[in-house]
Amino acid sequence: MPRITLIEHNGTEHAVDAKNGDSLMTTAIKHRVPGIDADCGGACSCGTCHVFIDDAWLGKVGEPGPFEEPMLDLNPERAANSRLSCQIDISDELDGLVVRLPEFQF
Amino acid sequence: MEAPVIKHSSRSLVGRDAWTIPLEEIDLAHPGIWQANEYLPFLARLRKDDPVHYCAHSPVGAYWSVTRYQDIMTMEAAPHLFSSEPTIGIVDVLPQFTLPMFIAMDPPKHDEQRKTVQGVVAPNNLKNLEGLIRQRVITILDSLPQGETFNWVDRVSRELTTQMLATLFDFPFEERNKLTYWSDIATAIPGAGLVNSYEESFEILKECLAYFMRLWRERAAKAPGNDLISMLAHGEATKNMPPMEFLGNLVLLIVGGNDTTRNSITGGVLALNEYPQEYQKLRDNPALIPSMVSEIIRWQTPLAYMRRTAKVDTELGGKHIKAGDKILMWYASANRDDAVIDRPDEFLIDRDRVRQHLSFGTGIHRCMGNRLAEMQLRVLWEEILQRFHKVEVVGEPVRIYSSFVKGYTDLPVRLIAR
Repeated sequence: MPRITLIEHNGTEHAVDAKNGDSLMTTAIKHRVPGIDADCGGACSCGTCHVFIDDAWLGKVGEPGPFEEPMLDLNPERAANSRLSCQIDISDELDGLVVRLPEFQF
Repeated sequence: MEAPVIKHSSRSLVGRDAWTIPLEEIDLAHPGIWQANEYLPFLARLRKDDPVHYCAHSPVGAYWSVTRYQDIMTMEAAPHLFSSEPTIGIVDVLPQFTLPMFIAMDPPKHDEQRKTVQGVVAPNNLKNLEGLIRQRVITILDSLPQGETFNWVDRVSRELTTQMLATLFDFPFEERNKLTYWSDIATAIPGAGLVNSYEESFEILKECLAYFMRLWRERAAKAPGNDLISMLAHGEATKNMPPMEFLGNLVLLIVGGNDTTRNSITGGVLALNEYPQEYQKLRDNPALIPSMVSEIIRWQTPLAYMRRTAKVDTELGGKHIKAGDKILMWYASANRDDAVIDRPDEFLIDRDRVRQHLSFGTGIHRCMGNRLAEMQLRVLWEEILQRFHKVEVVGEPVRIYSSFVKGYTDLPVRLIAR
């Protein structure tokens, strides 16, 4: 079971056991981590599950996909390590992943 | 050239049985059933029997209606197939009366323009305005008559959204009704009362531009402030915006932030009266306000649809759509689709996945002001609960004549003190 750490904007850390095959968004919702809205339910079309990937993990998590990129691009807080968490699938490879949550979802 | 005047005298579906009417006679764009509040069975019929429906004969021309949640998601994810140009309403307005607004643009221009202005209604800026908005909410609520019947739309919904717009723009407060007037003009159907032609509307909106240009120059000459005009006047990406683009963005902010929120304020009171057990849940647990706000926005669906235009021949739900065809995505129907939303015909302020509705649209055109709208409704309901046991509806609401803006002109209420 991969262990994932989500850090709220105020610094509160949530270390949770994720399930392979779930998305990172679903993982956060299941564990009631505040700060992820996921208004569209994981369809990559609302941009409200925005997270910042810890730099050390960027290579393993990978780049935004073709549908994700335009949604991220419209976010004023978009950074080089921005991703939509509904588009990241949990696997053993991501055991230890650290992500930070923005202050607001847009 | 005379602008087209749309008359909706015939073909009203009011009083017809949605389940036996021939499908080809269903014309959802006709405002009659919306004003009469009889639209829901027609949406349900189409979702079930013809979810991608072609209306060949309508006073506004032929168009498709898409009524299922997932089909709308598919369309919103494909702006390269389903264009927002030339406009997002059913009627094609002559180009000379069309303002440049990013809501009616495709990428890449849409993305560039939206990015220049979206910061102004972003949550981090809203934080600065919440205190002032709360003060104005309090003033309005404290001035309401106790124990007598009054029109909630005029005294609260309209007044509050107008004041909030004035606050956001730091608009001269005594002249704030101009904002509501311009908003109404921008969405008015010529011939339906307010204006007789698009030409007339456009002339009035030019006055709006002149007024705002003056404010712009004043703000540009001063240090940057928190209001939207100052942000636009000082913003790197916006300070050299051409006048018509400025007007287009203003009208978008005014209309987007005006009747939508106004009608959700009214619709929320109506819904809580129709579902007294939900009102009780709210009184028992005010922490439900944010969830209730999302449910109110789903329930009201302030804009019934958005239009797209097919860019190429394509297929949707097994139907062949030709390049140039108009397609209406009925959010008002998607929000009642039980394939996605559990018990959609019930108003439930604590439902699961309450934020998963299509009132804001979705994809790259998703409502830019969604956080502002939610904040306004949240602050309003926080203050209402502090003061009143109930905002009691004591008469029938009067709905407006539009299939696009779902709204009200009247809601008679009486306040019951705590």
